[in-house]
Amino acid sequence: MDTAAQPVVEIQSLKKVFHVGFWGRRVTAVDGLSLEVLRGEVFGFLGPNGAGKTTTIKMLMGLIYPSSGTATLFGQSIGDPAAKAKVGFLPESPYFYDYLSSREFLRFYGHLFGLWGTALERRIEELLELVGMTHARDLQLRKFSKGMLQRVGIAQALINDPELIILDEPMSGLDPIGRKEVRDLILRLKESEKTVMFSSHILHDAELLCDRVAMIMKGKLVACGLVSDLVGQNATQSVEMVVEKLGPESLEHLRPFTEKILLQGNQTLLVLKDQHHVRQALDLVRVAKGDLVSLTPHRSSLEDLFIRKAAGLEPRLQEAA
Amino acid sequence: MKVWSIAFNTFRENLRDKLLYNLLIFALLMIGSSLILMRLTLGEFHRLILDIGLGSINFFGVLIAIFIGIGLVSKEIEKKTIYTIISKPVARFQFLLGKYLGLSVTLLINTAIMTAGLLAVLYLQEVPVHGVLFKALGMIMVEFMVITAVALLFSTFSSATLSAIFTLAVYVIGHLTPDLKAFGQKMDGLSQTVLEGMYYVLPNLERFNLKGHVTHQLDVPVSDLLIITAYGITYTAFLLLLASVIFQRRDFR
Ligand SMILES: Nc1ncnc2c1ncn2[C@@H]1O[C@H](COP(=O)(O)OP(=O)(O)OP(=O)(O)O)[C@@H](O)[C@H]1O
Ligand SMILES: [Mg+2]
Repeated sequence: MDTAAQPVVEIQSLKKVFHVGFWGRRVTAVDGLSLEVLRGEVFGFLGPNGAGKTTTIKMLMGLIYPSSGTATLFGQSIGDPAAKAKVGFLPESPYFYDYLSSREFLRFYGHLFGLWGTALERRIEELLELVGMTHARDLQLRKFSKGMLQRVGIAQALINDPELIILDEPMSGLDPIGRKEVRDLILRLKESEKTVMFSSHILHDAELLCDRVAMIMKGKLVACGLVSDLVGQNATQSVEMVVEKLGPESLEHLRPFTEKILLQGNQTLLVLKDQHHVRQALDLVRVAKGDLVSLTPHRSSLEDLFIRKAAGLEPRLQEAA
Repeated sequence: MKVWSIAFNTFRENLRDKLLYNLLIFALLMIGSSLILMRLTLGEFHRLILDIGLGSINFFGVLIAIFIGIGLVSKEIEKKTIYTIISKPVARFQFLLGKYLGLSVTLLINTAIMTAGLLAVLYLQEVPVHGVLFKALGMIMVEFMVITAVALLFSTFSSATLSAIFTLAVYVIGHLTPDLKAFGQKMDGLSQTVLEGMYYVLPNLERFNLKGHVTHQLDVPVSDLLIITAYGITYTAFLLLLASVIFQRRDFR
């Protein structure tokens, strides 16, 4: 098989305008978005609330129609049943038929993929095991907690052994253990050469899991690429230093090297501009007979990028308004 | 197969609807109320019981068709359960057809139960049962199919309340269509055009009404039944096609 990365999802200048309210006020939820998800990768789709992640995913799944632009799954235009047969989808805060038990529920969705009989029953048991819901196999979904629903939701997305799995905020509503389990699950899917695209606010999870991420804000792509590249781009690392017993005048000497100074009781938190200032700062502390409590290099993360992009976007948008 | 899975799931969902049981109980009470009627002159008494029985089955069946029918699609959109269905390899018309068939099965079973109630009353009141009664019940079922399709069509583009009002209006006017034409002929100009337009567009539901035949023990030839059924099926198919076209274009948001 061709191992060269080939796009499984291809989005080209996708745009969605909603008309809301009586006067049909136009809200542009997705604005000329283009991106590709390659075969076998874990792709993070990031952005703040209201960025347009869910809207994009709903267009990919054929739930809403683009106002303009195109998208393909496996080279087939979205909405094509042949493409949908190879996709698994978990909607945002999923809602299911709450009068069904988890087994009946998975059976129903299996039928929709044309799966029947013992093969389906075996698959259902496997999946319940995988998401840790075997104990609740005969419980009605309306008696489920949010996290339990999320788990059967994930099982539902995997019923057809899909090649591409699209998850809209798979970690939401899960406790730390559940989140770790979902992370492990995504990694396991990657091992079995599946393609995973998921949206999230939790940048930490994305950083741990993703090969590549796209960041969108106000419907527009603001960054896209390998996590290592994106994080590396702004490698200026700050360092946090906490010291005790430091007089006010020695603080004045330190001020030129710092970004921020915070007094907390007899401790002082200093945020140094970068690691090159550490030695000078330490010398000054020693001279002033202060005690060093801790020294923490602040590794730059997706979160920093996210916040910088968000801040950078604000003034531009205000100008436009 | 996918369509039947959706139909079966819809049927199970209907069974959980309290409205269904309330309407069914009311229908049975109405039918059963004939038990306490005083015996009038024999012929009229039989006619009255059959009249009340068939009338109740028709009326309550239509209420079930309308009030469950309008929620078939809108509830799935509101509760967002539709997201997981449409994202599977299921065409939108298959979803619609599945919902439709599911409610049809519910209605069929309901009609069977109401019929059993009517038969029990007829037996207790010693009213003779003729074959034409079952023919009439069959045509009532065909009418339910049409009404369900009307409710489904409206619910693909309007709110539940509006759909209920529209469908009820179609039901009422549909039983008046012969009058509509006669009435239109007495008018002139625009009113005539509108009334005649309605006569041709709306279903002629009186065609499904064989109550008069039952009460007067007049048999209906099978060929007539086939024509009436064909009319009902054609009309239903047309409504479902229209509903699919509208539904296909919708955004689920
Ligand atoms: N059905 C709708 N009607 C009108 N506007 C909508 C609709 N759905 C979304 N929007 C608008 O589109 C924009 C993007 O919403 P979307 O749900 O895609 O964001 P998101 O990135 O998924 O956010 P979150 O992280 O909160 O889930 C928002 O401004 C929202 O108000
Ligand atoms: Mg969202």
